[in-house]
Amino acid sequence: MTTAALERPQPSYLAAGDTLRSWLLTTDHKRIAWLYLVTITLFFAIGGAAATLIRLELLTPQGDLVSDETYNKLFTLHGVIMVWFFLIPSVPAVLGNFLVPLMIGARDLAFPRLNLLSWYIFILGGAFTLWAMVSGGVDTGWTFYTPFSTMFSNTHVVLTAVGVFVTGFSSILTGLNFIVTLHTLRAPGMTWMRLPLFLWSLYATSLVMVLATPVLAITLVLIAVERIARVGIFDPALGGDPLLFQHLFWFYSHPAVYIMILPGMGVTSEIVAAFSRRRVFGYGFVAVASLAIALLGFLVWGHHMFVAGESFYANLVFSFLSFMVAIPSAVKVFNWTATLYKGSIALDTPMLYALAFIALFTIGGLTGLYLASLPVDVHVTDTYFVVAHFHTIMVGGMVTAYLGGLHYWWPKMTGRRYPETWGRVAAVTLFLGFALTFFPQFALGYLGMPRRYHVYPPEFQVLNVLSSAGASILAIGYALPLVYLIASLRGGPTAGPNPWGARGLEWTVPSPPPPGNFATIPRVTEEAYAYTDADRE
Amino acid sequence: MLPQASDYAARVDALFLAVTGVCVAFGVPVMVLLATFCIRFRRGRRVNRRGVTRHTLPWEITWTAVPTLIAIGMFVRAAGLYASLTRPPEDALEIAVTCKQWMWKFQHPTGPREIDALHVPAGRAVRLTMTSEDVIHSLYVPALRIKQDVLPGRYTELWFRATRPGSYALRCAEYCGVAHSRMDGIVVVLPPEGYAQWLRAGGAGPDSTLAARGAVLFRRFGCSGCHRDDGRGAGPSLLGVAGHDVPLAGGRFVRADDGYLRDAILLPARDVVAGYAPVMPSFAGQIGEDELFVLLAYLHALGRAAAPDAAPPATLGPGASGAAAGTP
Repeated sequence: MTTAALERPQPSYLAAGDTLRSWLLTTDHKRIAWLYLVTITLFFAIGGAAATLIRLELLTPQGDLVSDETYNKLFTLHGVIMVWFFLIPSVPAVLGNFLVPLMIGARDLAFPRLNLLSWYIFILGGAFTLWAMVSGGVDTGWTFYTPFSTMFSNTHVVLTAVGVFVTGFSSILTGLNFIVTLHTLRAPGMTWMRLPLFLWSLYATSLVMVLATPVLAITLVLIAVERIARVGIFDPALGGDPLLFQHLFWFYSHPAVYIMILPGMGVTSEIVAAFSRRRVFGYGFVAVASLAIALLGFLVWGHHMFVAGESFYANLVFSFLSFMVAIPSAVKVFNWTATLYKGSIALDTPMLYALAFIALFTIGGLTGLYLASLPVDVHVTDTYFVVAHFHTIMVGGMVTAYLGGLHYWWPKMTGRRYPETWGRVAAVTLFLGFALTFFPQFALGYLGMPRRYHVYPPEFQVLNVLSSAGASILAIGYALPLVYLIASLRGGPTAGPNPWGARGLEWTVPSPPPPGNFATIPRVTEEAYAYTDADRE
Repeated sequence: MLPQASDYAARVDALFLAVTGVCVAFGVPVMVLLATFCIRFRRGRRVNRRGVTRHTLPWEITWTAVPTLIAIGMFVRAAGLYASLTRPPEDALEIAVTCKQWMWKFQHPTGPREIDALHVPAGRAVRLTMTSEDVIHSLYVPALRIKQDVLPGRYTELWFRATRPGSYALRCAEYCGVAHSRMDGIVVVLPPEGYAQWLRAGGAGPDSTLAARGAVLFRRFGCSGCHRDDGRGAGPSLLGVAGHDVPLAGGRFVRADDGYLRDAILLPARDVVAGYAPVMPSFAGQIGEDELFVLLAYLHALGRAAAPDAAPPATLGPGASGAAAGTP
């Protein structure tokens, strides 16, 4: 790639101001990425604390640590915080914000002030939700199923819904910003088929954010209308239809699953290419697979409702489409694997995370086949099998990819290196902890333990203890990076512009980059991942 | 391991194993190749890395087409088994299930009622017609591999044919509030003679059947004043109605199943029978879900009283009157 000439060293974006005001009023996409990074790390800690209490409670079959009510509020808190305030913003709002302009050769996103507004909306919604959930709590589960949520729960449902509603606009605006930026601000020569695959996956993600999130907003408004004005929408006692809620909710929330996983796939493509020194095998297919997943993701919401009372034929259609949505995911896995062939593979920390992602995403995806198979789904839906399945995708997949991406671009974001040994230790710890936490849950589900159970039959105790033990290892795997990454900010060795020897415009600028990214806008003359045989020798 | 209390459970397990086979067939090679490539092509090892292909199309077509075909095969097999789950046999034992936060209530057609326990005969198909008095619950019997959400305001169905006598856990699988995890019970599968014995001990008898009790309710709620068997009341005669097609005002026909009969009682203005004025008051709030099942049992008995292809109810002669009351 053409390197932007840098005649004189500019101060980095981090040195552009160290007052609180310089951070809170910044419109620099790189600084906004940091605002998100700090915020979602806090949310992750809160959601993780709730998970810790849940796993502690489940050490014994009796409900001896917290009450029924508290337990129900804990898993609701965990779900709401992790889905809307960690997973959905994680890769797009942190890594996406930092990298979209850098990867396409732009100085910022198309709407820098809108970008800052997105963050303010996010913390406003987040703070509001958190206040509602901590001051009184909500006990509906993150799914808010009616008529329980609208007419039976005596908790802060409306306040929480308002918080999530507000936060949705942050998603929509971020998605809009990325779409416009990718259409209008690509550097000369940066054609669509030269885009890094991370950007293809973010583009697909952004489309889903913009198209699906309004449906969630509408649904939350309808809940509030029914609860406050007692207009019959979802509650049959008022003439409403409880299944209507589930259709609306999953019409958003299934695509939202792809909002959460597509960016992780993008991160993995970048890391696999960089640490194999090879162009991603089947670049075009991997790119198109992202769009296919985004499209098909809109058509499978009914598979959350196979036992809810849908018609036989509706279930057949949703079952078939659910099998089909597995295909583009499988294509990606095959292409990543093939990329390693004849590569020059360095098992540095980001690569370990990427490999863990591929392995866990494969397991998570394959266990989806059980859930697409109608009679098996009837047995294991609403059990720990489903809990294990989506945590394998969301935690094993997305959180792993997020941490992989953070490690990969950390030198670019900070200009510092973290201790490689600790990085590898953390990645392996995380993988082992994950496996021990969630693999027993597949067995629990098959054996018939429903999810959201505060007390459970004693025969399930052994598997639950294993899972809780795994969670404590997983917690160490998450705590380690927090420590050594923060420590690297002060004492880490300087990274230089391209510590991994990777291709891509972001590696042509100094680490950390100057406020405007590029001294002169680069002209792109080659495809993404243009590694040569010489790079691999 | 989880017991298989029915043949269907064994077939679900066989499907589970088949899916596992596919997962292993795809997952293991991927993992092995990932590990092999990482070792073989590790940076620093002297190995031939030249000749990286750019001609990926044949590969892409192969690994798109093969999984697609396998996925279609899995879909077909799963759908076939699922179809059997959605078609209960005609002669199934009909159990009415009402649930609420946080209990299960079962009514047997011959009279016995039970809470948080369901006794059924082995070898006979059992069909559950279910509704909830409050939020959504889900009836889940792991040993039978069956589960169905139970909704307020409508009926859902589930059927099974338990083959192995024993006592099996029944759980609520849809989160339903504070004591969700305590909303459990048992399904007791008895040999047929044991079930008959259990019924006798539980008070089964000709006067205590659901239909017989329904006949009492039919008079108590005043239904019999308008829905006269001779068809001369303000409403249609209900002989030969339940389970058959009914002509509606506007020319449509509707199958008078449990859902329709339920709506006809609670929301009578919705689908009025052809030839009648919409004068019936709603009984919503006056009839409990348990009583509604009792009333439906009587309506079904009336429905069986006349031939399916009888003349429209309004012109039905008085001859069939009373023939059905009390028969189970």
